[in-house]
This record gives sequence, C-alpha cells and structure tokens, in this order.
Amino acid sequence: MKPAPFDHHPVATVDEALSLLAEHGDEAKILAGGQSLIPLLGLRLARPAQVVDVNRLDTLTAIDTSGGDVRIGALVRHRHAERSSEVLAANPLLAAALGHIGHAAIRNRGTVGGSIAHADPAAELPTVLALLDGSVSVASKRGERAIAAADFFEGFLSTAVEPDEMVLEVCYPGLPAGTGWSFHEFSRRSGDFAVVAVAATVRLGADGTVAEARVAYAGVGSIPVRSTVVAAALAGRRPTPEVCSDAARAAAAELDPPDDQHGPAAYRRHLAATLTTRALVEAAGRAVAA
Amino acid sequence: MSRRLLRLTVNGRPYELVAEPRRTLCDVLRDDLSLTGTHVGCEHGVCGACTVIVDGAAVRSCLMLGVQADGSQVTTIEGLERDGELHPLQTAMRECHSFQCGFCTPGFVMTAYALLQERTEFTDTELREELSGNVCRCTGYQTIVDGVALAARRLSGTQDPTS
Repeated sequence: MKPAPFDHHPVATVDEALSLLAEHGDEAKILAGGQSLIPLLGLRLARPAQVVDVNRLDTLTAIDTSGGDVRIGALVRHRHAERSSEVLAANPLLAAALGHIGHAAIRNRGTVGGSIAHADPAAELPTVLALLDGSVSVASKRGERAIAAADFFEGFLSTAVEPDEMVLEVCYPGLPAGTGWSFHEFSRRSGDFAVVAVAATVRLGADGTVAEARVAYAGVGSIPVRSTVVAAALAGRRPTPEVCSDAARAAAAELDPPDDQHGPAAYRRHLAATLTTRALVEAAGRAVAA
Repeated sequence: MSRRLLRLTVNGRPYELVAEPRRTLCDVLRDDLSLTGTHVGCEHGVCGACTVIVDGAAVRSCLMLGVQADGSQVTTIEGLERDGELHPLQTAMRECHSFQCGFCTPGFVMTAYALLQERTEFTDTELREELSGNVCRCTGYQTIVDGVALAARRLSGTQDPTS
C-alpha cells in the first residue's frame, strides 16, 4: 500500500510540465488532486518514474462563463466549481452533478481536469460532458487542440489524450434558457461512485411538445453512454409521465451494462429505466416552452 | 530517488524535515513527526480515518503526498484542545458516547470539525450525508451523529453549553 519510488516535479509553469511530458512520455504521470492517482500508486497499479505535480499552476484555476459556456480550468477543485454561482447560473445540471462527487474531503482536493482525464465510466463529470457535447482543451509541446467529448472517451480509464499531452481546460456548453435538466444517481452509500447515474436535458417547442431530449449514463459501460433512442421516442410528443416512462424503458433496453460486485447487468438495466423515468419527468417539468 | 526538504506547520508548530516524495501526508505526520493521533485505515481514500485539515479544508491525508503539504498549515486531532481543555465538539462527542473502539474517531472528529467551521445548522439527513465519507467498523453511527448534532446546537447558541 505504499507507492513505489518516483521523482516528484512540482512544476511552476504549464510549459515546464509539457517539457517533462515530452521528455518522459509514458514514464511520466500528471498529479493533480490525486484522489484517483494516489490510490493507484499505493496499490502499485500505476508505477510512473516521474510524477509531474501541477498543483501550483494557478493559471489553471479559473472558471469562465462570460461566453455563455462554462470553461473550467483543469485544476479547479470540485468544491470550488460546486460552490460557484457562475456555474449554477450557466449550467445548473453541471452544478447538481458536482454535488454527487465523492465526499467533501474528496471534493476539496479532486479537480475537474483530473476527473475528466481519469475517465472513470461511473463518474459524474464525464457523463455530463458527453451529454452536452462539451470539449476538452489539451496541450503538448506540439501545440494545443480541442477534443470533442464524443472523441475524448475511448475506453475504460482511457482517453484520446496522448502521453505527452495534458488537459488545460474543460468546456461545458451553457444550458440555453428554458432547457429542463435533471441528474439522478444511485449508489449504495452517499458519495460513492454511481452504480448507475443519469443526466438528462429536455427542450420544449412552442406547442409544449418535445423539441429535443438527451440522456447520458454513468455506470453502464466502459465509457459514458449517450442514449441513441430517447430523442426519437420523445420528439414531437407531450412529455407525460407515461411517455417518459416508455422512452426510459426503450433507452434502458438498449444498454449493455457490466456485471460486477456492485450489481448484475439486469439490475443496472432496471435501475437505468427507473432513474431515466424520474430524470425525464423532472427535466420536462423544469423545461419552459419556447 | 530524490529526497526533498519539506517545511510545514502542524497545529501551529513549524516543522522541517527531509522526506521521500512517495510518502503520503499521513505517513509523514505519524512516522516522521510522531503525531500518531491521525489513524490510517484503508490507505486508499475510502474510510476517512486519516482526515486532517490542510489550509482550512478537510482532506484525506492518505490521498496527499507529504511534499504537497510543503508550506501548508495542517491541523490534526492533536491540535483541537486548548490549554488542556477539549474542543466543544470533542466534549459533546464524549458526552454522547460517540466512541466505541476509537479507531475511526480522529477522522470523524476532523470531518465534523471542518463541517462545524462552515455551518452549524443542518437537517439530520444533511448531517448524515456530511459524515458519510467516514466508516465506523463498530457501526456506532447513531451516537456519532448525536454527538456532532449536540456540538452543532451548542456552537450555534441554540442550546446552553452546560445542558
């Protein structure tokens, strides 16, 4: 349970971090909040020779909502984002999801960039990013690029970030006015990773029927999963509880969740249907007709 | 393997030591500074026993490297008493018999201490959620919740400290 030896680099600039990543590649690992990496070091599931500690990079600690989107510096702690009135105003769904992450002591250290880069499929922030088609800005000595959420998550704890790249900023689109939203999560203990979590948005047309509906899941696959059937099941219909329930069951039926110690696949599918119904009804109730 | 000079303030007292970067903050506190009040349970961030306050925020000291506390102010369970007097939280928890074997106690006390620094009014459900990151293997949760709730009432002035 003790980490293997490594060299610790408390870098003072992003450029210094990128130089170390360019030099060491796979041998280097970025340490942000440490809430995922340090357990992996202790269990020796990760044994990097070089640890690039980015905790002093104050340039990555800003939240900017001035353009309508929520742009969160990679080193913003969950607790900071959770308590940000700007985040709440621009994207209340994101604010709700942040409150489900771990416990206060975890949120005090854990970072938004770290959660996205770690890409746990049961985590909240990747799921909301996938739901809203957000993007991730990454940099290396070769340059900067933005990666769309749909291209970012590649597999279990695996992303499109190259070994010489680091996450600089995570961009969550703001929720347009009138958009209904909901976030529901089930875990055995408050603060644990989700057995299943559901994020949903609903937009209504002028006649009160659904113009657009989206649903994304945590805990049902190796990456965050966007429903491909909910939009069609709800489009043009009034979102009554019965209609939402039918759409939720159709969405759950197409999932292929894992069997593990937290629950068998059939249980997860059942949970997904229940939580999706609640989420769609709540999101539709919050939506304001255009 | 590099060793690093580390300066930190624990419970108001400055310390300077040389530590391997791989040592976690809880190991630095316990083994290098002999502050063994902080307990180490699961050592991977699940049980909350090692919770301490770093620069005003409750953190799991097993999920932080000692070198990351360089320049920080740390408060541990040893830092709560004043001139031999227990902190009101400790007094309330003792009165409510919030302790069984006592292993989880430092983590619960520091978690609750951080909570009470921020607010003293919450519902029973909110309090249980705030404490849910700490595990008591004796399962003595009810009296722990009672103790923190009593301390909160006293600190918020809604209950006489002597009653």
